[in-house]
Amino acid sequence: MAFIRHPKDFFAGLIFIAFGLAAIIIGSNYSLGSAARMGPGYFPRILGILLVALGAALSLRALKIKGDPLPRWYWKPILVVLGSVIAFGMLVTHLGLVLSTVGLVVASSAASPEFRPKEALISGILFAALAAGVFIFGLNLQLPLWPWSN
Amino acid sequence: MDLFSHLALGFGVALTPINLLYALIGALVGTLIGVLPGIGPVATIAMLLPTTYALQPVSALIMLAGIYYGAQYGGSTTSILLNMPGETSSAVTCLDGYQMARKGQAGAALAIAALGSFFAGCVATVFVATVAVPLSELALKFGPAEYCSLMILGLIGAVVLAHGSLLKAIAMVVLGLLLGLVGTDVNSGAARFAFGVPELIDGLGVVSVAMGLFGFAEILTNLESTEKRELITAKIGGLWLTMQQFKEAWPAVLRGTGIGSILGLLPGGGAMLASFGAYALEKKIAKDPSRFGKGAIQGVAGPESANNAGAQTSFIPLLTLGIPENAVMALMVGAMTIHNIQPGPQVMTSNPSLFWGLVVSMWVGNLMLVVLNLPLIGIWIKLLTVPYRVLYPAILLFCAIGVYSISNASFDVAQTAVFGALGLVFFKLECEPAPLLLGFVLGPMMEENLRRAMLLSRGDPTVFFTRPISAGMLIAAAALLLLIVAPNFRKKREEAFAEGET
Repeated sequence: MAFIRHPKDFFAGLIFIAFGLAAIIIGSNYSLGSAARMGPGYFPRILGILLVALGAALSLRALKIKGDPLPRWYWKPILVVLGSVIAFGMLVTHLGLVLSTVGLVVASSAASPEFRPKEALISGILFAALAAGVFIFGLNLQLPLWPWSN
Repeated sequence: MDLFSHLALGFGVALTPINLLYALIGALVGTLIGVLPGIGPVATIAMLLPTTYALQPVSALIMLAGIYYGAQYGGSTTSILLNMPGETSSAVTCLDGYQMARKGQAGAALAIAALGSFFAGCVATVFVATVAVPLSELALKFGPAEYCSLMILGLIGAVVLAHGSLLKAIAMVVLGLLLGLVGTDVNSGAARFAFGVPELIDGLGVVSVAMGLFGFAEILTNLESTEKRELITAKIGGLWLTMQQFKEAWPAVLRGTGIGSILGLLPGGGAMLASFGAYALEKKIAKDPSRFGKGAIQGVAGPESANNAGAQTSFIPLLTLGIPENAVMALMVGAMTIHNIQPGPQVMTSNPSLFWGLVVSMWVGNLMLVVLNLPLIGIWIKLLTVPYRVLYPAILLFCAIGVYSISNASFDVAQTAVFGALGLVFFKLECEPAPLLLGFVLGPMMEENLRRAMLLSRGDPTVFFTRPISAGMLIAAAALLLLIVAPNFRKKREEAFAEGET
């Protein structure tokens, strides 16, 4: 795609257009009302149109001005880090804070190029103790400590 | 009530043991994350915001504010000793601070950074106290049309003063405004963009958005590079200044405080803009500008005073007008709404102890920082030997627990992760996340004021131009836009001409 001279701007523009279109299309179900009595659809519609226009301007400009190529996209840290965080959120009430903390720390550590399993496990246990102390005993958060504490 | 009785009220609140404790916690946490690169005040405040539910509102705000100005102290330490800015607002301190450290004057650099910051903190506290009353009295006269225009001016200002592409930043603001509308519409009760998901009916959480865009995205980018941190054990030397150094530095401290206080007031301003502005000023007025970058004490004294002053005065628009001007202040709006306080001019009259307590706590916190920090520098430096591979899982853990605890919902954690991925995409495409966060916080307020203004004018949009204050603000916004477009336009033209000639 040699005609895209500024890929970063071009794709940023496409993202804005996508969000703007989504706002307009989904928002078309909400009543617009009038300028004096705006319905729930009025302001989103304005913003959607504005966003599409801005995105289009950005993408079109990217065909003219030159810019750096897109940087590399690394899937591993994204999937590992975000995956372990999401898993933590889903499991913490079932496994308790201690086990899910160890799990989160060890799993997310694996995203680093310098991953050391033993060190990760040790720091997982230390952070679990710290988290239990601060959040459960210190701040009284309503979280189970162990799987059987429910 | 005059200034002194206001400040007396503030001292009464800020000096209670519990509030002293929270100011101390905030200042220490702020210093800690200021020292550590890879985690900034926005992510930290987002992380700790949920833990403030149980606190008194004033204690919560005192602690969160402490993180912001504490980070300015911490950031300077690593800049000077390791040539590594812990915070973006201390980036310019590296230039001369590290050179001073190499010459064996690290102690002097640290001392002037701390003393300058403290001086700036004192002045800024008085400045906030003096400016706040007239500004909020003015703001109480604002109608919905004025508020709407003021928000537009604030957002445009934030965009113009932010670095990067103007077009992208405006698009980020608009996207933020849209994301702010997710959830129940207060007027009609209709659920918007909720996709039938019950959790979305209450809207997206400001903590999730900020933590994802700032905290997670930062971790994800750091994990891509294997760049090792270099640790230099710099000799700190005596923590005092020679008479000569003091003489050289104090005018720079004064100038830094002045320019920092003013740049902190501007939309989009705050600590970072203040320190860059002060460094540029010092370099411009110096008799011998070539000394800068080679260990000029003014190059440390000016920016370090300025970033502290700016961090504090950036609270003024929030506290008096209810308009956040940077990402940290956007989170403070979140913190206030959690405690059912609507930020704006009425805070000062309806909740004076909160207002003045917060203002005075900034001075108290600065005093704690200057007393505690110099002796503690050794400990902060030790913390830097903790490798990133151990540090980031801990940051993730505290984020995850923090966001989960807001409403005990796994959904919120997943939502944060989604914003983390989105934040990474934006980072790769060089879209600044701060304008989005500002838009996000202002979205519902802007819609509400737009609605009311149009209702009052019976649907006539010219109301924004016929009311003088509103028109003035819109003209100022347009002027700001022109200001940034013009030089770019000229440069482009010149480039085009240059190409034509060759």
